[in-house]
Amino acid sequence: MTPADTLRFATRAATAWPLRTALMMLAMSIGVAAVVVLTALGDGARRYVVNEFSALGASLLIVLPGRTETGGVNAGSFVSSTPRELTNADAAALLRLPLVQRVAPLAVGNSEIAVGGRLREATVVGTSTDFLELRGLEIGQGSFLPREDFNRASAVAVIGDALRSELFPGQSAVGRMIRVGDTRLRVIGVLAPSGRGLGMTTDELVLVPVATAQAMFDTSGLFRIFVEARGREALPGAQRQVEERLRARRDGELDFTVITQDAVLGTFDRILGALTLGVAGIAAISLAVAGILVMNVMLVAVTQRTAEIGLLKALGARAGTIRAAFLAEAALLSVAGALTGFALGHAGAWGVRLAFPELPAWPPDWAVVAALATALGTGVLFGVLPARRAARLDAVQALSKR
Amino acid sequence: MAQIELDHIDRIFRLGDSEVHALRDVTLRIEAGEYVSVMGPSGSGKSTLLNLLGLLDRPNAGAYRLEGRDVTTLSPDEQATVRSARIGFVFQSFHLVPRLSAAENIGLPLVLAGVPAAERAPRVTRALEDFGLEGRAHHRPDELSGGQRQRVAIARATIMRPAMLLADEPTGNLDRATGHEVTALLEALNAAGTTLIVVTHDPAMGERARRRILMEDGAIRQDLRAAAAAPESPGSGSTAPPP
Ligand SMILES: Nc1ncnc2c1ncn2[C@@H]1O[C@H](COP(=O)(O)OP(=O)(O)OP(=O)(O)O)[C@@H](O)[C@H]1O
Ligand SMILES: [Mg+2]
Repeated sequence: MTPADTLRFATRAATAWPLRTALMMLAMSIGVAAVVVLTALGDGARRYVVNEFSALGASLLIVLPGRTETGGVNAGSFVSSTPRELTNADAAALLRLPLVQRVAPLAVGNSEIAVGGRLREATVVGTSTDFLELRGLEIGQGSFLPREDFNRASAVAVIGDALRSELFPGQSAVGRMIRVGDTRLRVIGVLAPSGRGLGMTTDELVLVPVATAQAMFDTSGLFRIFVEARGREALPGAQRQVEERLRARRDGELDFTVITQDAVLGTFDRILGALTLGVAGIAAISLAVAGILVMNVMLVAVTQRTAEIGLLKALGARAGTIRAAFLAEAALLSVAGALTGFALGHAGAWGVRLAFPELPAWPPDWAVVAALATALGTGVLFGVLPARRAARLDAVQALSKR
Repeated sequence: MAQIELDHIDRIFRLGDSEVHALRDVTLRIEAGEYVSVMGPSGSGKSTLLNLLGLLDRPNAGAYRLEGRDVTTLSPDEQATVRSARIGFVFQSFHLVPRLSAAENIGLPLVLAGVPAAERAPRVTRALEDFGLEGRAHHRPDELSGGQRQRVAIARATIMRPAMLLADEPTGNLDRATGHEVTALLEALNAAGTTLIVVTHDPAMGERARRRILMEDGAIRQDLRAAAAAPESPGSGSTAPPP
């Protein structure tokens, strides 16, 4: 039998029992669709986090008060126990390092904001001019915080776009006065809408000079210092310089931590990558189940068509021909199911993207290829046993079956 | 050299402890173009003999030479090739593939033999015409009458132009008139040179063959050669329809 005829014969056999074929395809397609959708979700989450962090810049160092293990992120990285504070003077000292380009000290707190009768709770970030470039922000109206000494508490503020439209609906905000806690500040600029979804949106922030925030919250310490090295290649050198300088400034004690963007990113990448892989593995189990189903269906088909197999032998079919015909049928069922599942899975991922626009829920190529290959592989593998059974049937006995 | 040469063939089925001698020491010569009927009581080994002749079964002892070639020692694939090229089967229960049309059923041996589609089509069309099935090409078996089904089966058995046609009770599932029709078709093929071996329970049909073999308990009890032209004798009581 020519390959084309084998395929045609198998197709006719598959379509002769539409319900059986449809159920079979459903089982296989659910498996493939599950892999596609779940890996799309997992990889989407991974990419989302990576993108979010990349927005901070690739040559970024983050200095946190307190000592935690270096080389990665662990629970301690997010809990700041402060043995000795990081100060504005520390930040200013870092700015003088040769491999450092920008420094933004950070003091953060929550406060009440009042304009006329309007009152609102907002996050206040005390920082410096370099914060704009460091975070890749854009100014919408007016100007950003002026370049001045970190210890100067100017009475100015830059507000996020959402705050502006809430506090000054339909009016210009630049030049107006707001009250933050007990401090009166002049609005000198408004940030452009950030457009970003989850996580750290800047639309509802109030940005003030770091010393202003420290006075407001009655502290002299810093939450973080963001340091940008002169390019990606300078990062390791800059990290060393930052560590040495800070250490020298605190009598050789290492009670602070310098982490790189890469370390944070790498850790998230690994965790979420592993998660995606695990999810894909679980979904792949359903493919194995579908494979066993293919075997079952094909074994039933061999029993159902015993007389037909006997006839084919009487008409001169070789064992190999019969084996190929049944194997082709199993492969056909699997391929059809896998392709349906592929389409279903992509539809599902599309649905996820529609529901969560900020999540880039695209299935990774490796997952799609693996799902299709596994579906095909299991289908053919589990089709071998029934096909061999069919080929081995005794012609005379098979013919006497009804 | 006869077309079929069986020498001291034994076929023994073992069922647990008991043994059934379906064929005992069968020796037989059949020349090309002969018309042979095989009769005998149920269980006498007629079907077993036919399966053996058709290379669907192997003897436990003895030799089978087909057209001078020892075929019992061939591999299964070689036997399949011989079946494909030299042997046509017609069964009592037609054995058509239910999901395939009449034309596709007829073309099945060509498909299995790897004949390309372009070459198949004219041969199938010819066969449909020869067996009066022109209007039925795209009908499936369940849309055909019993006689039409057996005609499809005969067309399929002869599409490879085999040297011999083996029919196991070909009229067993048909009414009398349709049975005659089918018998006439087979006889016409025999008249064109194909060896015809028919197993039957119907004495009227058995009488029509020029050579009648009677089997009993796995052995050949009687091997009669009738005078020439016996099928054409008007005294047989049956009125065969024109082919
Ligand atoms: N596969 C088998 N296993 C065991 N015994 C078998 C098998 N096939 C046939 N036999 C036995 O061999 C003997 C001959 O069987 P066979 O089918 O050749 O008879 P038959 O002459 O064709 O009968 P009928 O006229 O009823 O078709 C019977 O006794 C039968 O029971
Ligand atoms: Mg029989």
